[in-house]
Amino acid sequence: MDSMGIGSMLIVSIVSIAMGSVITTQTALQIESSWIPTWTVGFVSRTSIVMELCPTIISLLLVGNLGSRITAEIGSMRVTEQIDALEVMGINPASHLVLPKVLASLIVNPVLIIFSIFFALVGGYLTILITGSVSPYDFIDGLTYCFRVYDVVYALTKTFVFAFVMSTVSSFYGYRIEGGALELGKANTQGIVVSSFIILVLNVLVTQIML
Amino acid sequence: MIEINNVSKYFGDKQVLFDINTCFEEGKVNLIIGRSGSGKTVLMKCLVGLFSPEEGTVLYNNRDFHHMPDTDQRKLRAEMGMVFQGSALFDSMTIQENVMFPLDMFTDIPFEQKLERVNFCLERVDLHDVNRLYPAELSGGMMKRAAIARAIACNPRYLFCDEPNSGLDPKTALMIDELITEITHEFNITTVVNTHDLNSVITIGETISYIYQGRLEWRGSSDNVLTSDNELLNDFIYAQPLTQRIRKKL
Repeated sequence: MDSMGIGSMLIVSIVSIAMGSVITTQTALQIESSWIPTWTVGFVSRTSIVMELCPTIISLLLVGNLGSRITAEIGSMRVTEQIDALEVMGINPASHLVLPKVLASLIVNPVLIIFSIFFALVGGYLTILITGSVSPYDFIDGLTYCFRVYDVVYALTKTFVFAFVMSTVSSFYGYRIEGGALELGKANTQGIVVSSFIILVLNVLVTQIML
Repeated sequence: MIEINNVSKYFGDKQVLFDINTCFEEGKVNLIIGRSGSGKTVLMKCLVGLFSPEEGTVLYNNRDFHHMPDTDQRKLRAEMGMVFQGSALFDSMTIQENVMFPLDMFTDIPFEQKLERVNFCLERVDLHDVNRLYPAELSGGMMKRAAIARAIACNPRYLFCDEPNSGLDPKTALMIDELITEITHEFNITTVVNTHDLNSVITIGETISYIYQGRLEWRGSSDNVLTSDNELLNDFIYAQPLTQRIRKKL
């Protein structure tokens, strides 16, 4: 869990700050009408970041980072007969190797997404401070305007679903490797592509169900 | 004793083992020899339960391994130790953790006793001061010895070694052979070794089963392996120039 969570913190925080900065800048550029209050920039940025960008984009990022790590780890254990060694000892490799990874993902991913939301909002705030396109007070007003806990529940529900997909699909592709290093590379790519596709489809489904 | 009765194995339509009948005796080093691709590893995987044969039985002291309930199979597996071709030590664990792993899984003895057993096994395979090292920090021969230590950690009744000498220099290979023989006799283990190393065949093979294209072609011991009149066996044994010279002198 340590290696999965702490190892991903840096990349998650960098991407989140950049994402928050870009979404705030673009929102500020789109809302130039004097009829629309300036706090809308904070409100729209927060809604986009909490409900869509962080849960989905960061989950896709984690597929590339943690998912490929899971595939490579289990796959290399398969290639080097470590999984066979477990089987000979009478230990179920699936429960011994896959279950801890699924549980770790279900715990770590939501924590990373919460950090990601925080960093994205900080990124947006820093952008406002630097560019001065909107007053910082208005931006913070927008961030807190009509805040619903349900939005966070929705974001975390999506994260749980995506974490489960990422860990199980990546483990599956690692576990079923037959051959050597070439197959390991292929399995890694397949794991990432299939996980990402399923996550995007489930994103639509969960959104339809929950909103 | 392990008895193999009429074992056949298929991968799809392709048959790789044909009606194998042989037995591996207790307290002896039993070799399975043959060319690469002859079915040695498949046979060994059938023995340890990594593959299930479509036909035939594998009996461990008259207990049918492939047709027993899962719980009994798990108990029997606890009596097995296996040394894989590439050692198969767990990369993420230190050598101490690797050797302790089967003890963690199958015993509930206190940590101090486990550590004592780990140190005994490592001493037995002549590995010193490696407890805190990771497999990647060891040489090939040391990794093999660590794998043997892990395999004997739970006092197995059956020890399986898949090409234990592959990739090792002749002297280290000899050391591994001697170690396997000593351990087999010391703990009265039924040891099955898969090999195509001729030194092993001549020096440690107390019983030898020669597999050719998935069929048991010859069975004997190191005493008569060099003097057999089986042509297929002789093709295998005397394939190298060095052994051809020995044959001329015989």
